[in-house]
Amino acid sequence: MEPRSNSFYVLTAFFSLFLLFLYGPTLTIGILSFQGPGGGLTFPMRGVSMYWFYNLFEQQAVGDIWGSFRRSLTLGLMVMITTIIVSVMGGLAFRKKFPGSTFLFYLIVTALVIPSILISLGVGLLFNQAGLNVHWSTSGYGSQLTWTLPFGLLIMFAVFNRFDKSFEEAARDLGATSWQTIRHVVLPIIAPSLIGVALFGFTLSYDEFARTLLTSGSRNTLPLEIYGMTTNVTSPVLYALGTLTTAFSLIIIVIFIAIVLLATRHRASKGSDVGNGLL
Amino acid sequence: MQKSKGNNALTGWLMVSPLALVLFIFLVLPIVMIAVVSFWQTTAFSIVPAFQLENYEFLFGSPVTYTVFINTFKYAILTWIFTVLIGFTVAYYLAFHIRSLTWQVVLFLLCTIPFLTSNIIRMISWIPFLGRNGIANSTLISWGLIDEPVEWLLFSDFSVVLAFVHIYTLFMVVPIFNTMMRIDKGIIEAARDGGASGSQILSNIIIPLTKPGIMIGTIFVVTLVMGDFFTVRIMSGSQSANVGRLISNDISLLQYPSASATAIILLLTVLIVIAVLLRFVDIRKEL
Repeated sequence: MEPRSNSFYVLTAFFSLFLLFLYGPTLTIGILSFQGPGGGLTFPMRGVSMYWFYNLFEQQAVGDIWGSFRRSLTLGLMVMITTIIVSVMGGLAFRKKFPGSTFLFYLIVTALVIPSILISLGVGLLFNQAGLNVHWSTSGYGSQLTWTLPFGLLIMFAVFNRFDKSFEEAARDLGATSWQTIRHVVLPIIAPSLIGVALFGFTLSYDEFARTLLTSGSRNTLPLEIYGMTTNVTSPVLYALGTLTTAFSLIIIVIFIAIVLLATRHRASKGSDVGNGLL
Repeated sequence: MQKSKGNNALTGWLMVSPLALVLFIFLVLPIVMIAVVSFWQTTAFSIVPAFQLENYEFLFGSPVTYTVFINTFKYAILTWIFTVLIGFTVAYYLAFHIRSLTWQVVLFLLCTIPFLTSNIIRMISWIPFLGRNGIANSTLISWGLIDEPVEWLLFSDFSVVLAFVHIYTLFMVVPIFNTMMRIDKGIIEAARDGGASGSQILSNIIIPLTKPGIMIGTIFVVTLVMGDFFTVRIMSGSQSANVGRLISNDISLLQYPSASATAIILLLTVLIVIAVLLRFVDIRKEL
């Protein structure tokens, strides 16, 4: 190994500053949310307590936080499951060219780059004119899918571009039907990336706000509730809510990463069936 | 052969049918709807189907429109400059200076995790930093660099661009890192053996080969910033506006036809920008 050059140390310092830039502000509001009852929105800390967290649980004036949390959670799971299934099917289909595949591909790109307020406005108008009520589980759900599905598909495209087709050919040569090939060969190989798709599907939905703004109806999701609070709440209760929901996201992320690590380890130890015989 | 080709097409269509259905109902129809409504009329209590160009005439006749579009481009360009510089440097560090794969994955995840938390929370978390009595001001004062608090840190163009860079740099890091990881390390070694200096390697090999990643990141950042409406609102304290805010203001006043007309112009602008950017890169090849 060659010795580290000076640029390595400069870049390490730069990268550390970048991480500080990414995490610093969130850590700050994490700290500030533990202020005493007299606390304000900035430093210095006025005492240390759990006051603002209790406040969050008691106070009903700021809206229906727990209801919105439940809705966001349910919606996140709905979006996650749909995203996994639809992305895998789409990813498999896109491996071969079919009539219209280029058009559909550009539609996916459009969904990714279209200003989210257009989805919100368009879906809102559409439901309105069709005489349907907007609701987080119908119009809100569909609007979020226009954001999570393209991400899921991009991950699947990346996965299948690196996929070794000889595994499938081997399965087919041994007489597997196409369903058996997918079920016993393709899906197990891509499983870790599916966990990534699931994580993206859930968290992007859980935090999505722009596309749900006009499409969730009278019952808010959590990000909408928080957005409402930014305009009229000026106490650390906002930070307490921010800290809780960030902590929740972090727990979800850690769980997913742990699943990937376990799955990889399991595969490393149990993956080979050499000497076990088949059938 | 003919039959199996037909079968392939059918299987393909069946597999993408859920995707196509979602995109049709929640992407294509809404855009059509907005296009139609942009020609409608607003009365005191509702919106009425019509075909008139009043909304567009008003939009193009108002000086506010031009200011707001210029603002939108200004935010997009400023954010692009910072995200591309920071994103490239971070990706370069991860791809070429971190030698073990495990560390690459760990550090990459550290960059990705904030993306999976709430944007709004990440924005408001700048308040204790940038406010009049915030950390930045008190630090600068204690260092003796300034005598009294700087006012333009929060609720200004500065804080808007800062928040954009904070939220969207990841969209640069990921595609650039992805293309850098595919560069054959042998090329770089060959260049070094041939006597190329570090900066020559960077400008003659790494930057040209990383261009597709930079373009993909650019598409993401530029379109996200151009389509944004709430970052500008929260971070400028409602003091400056971009096109997204113009639309969301109209929406809150129930002026849907006018909001739709602005939305259509915004969409066209974004699509033109993307069409230009796509000339430089084939996305499907680069995933």
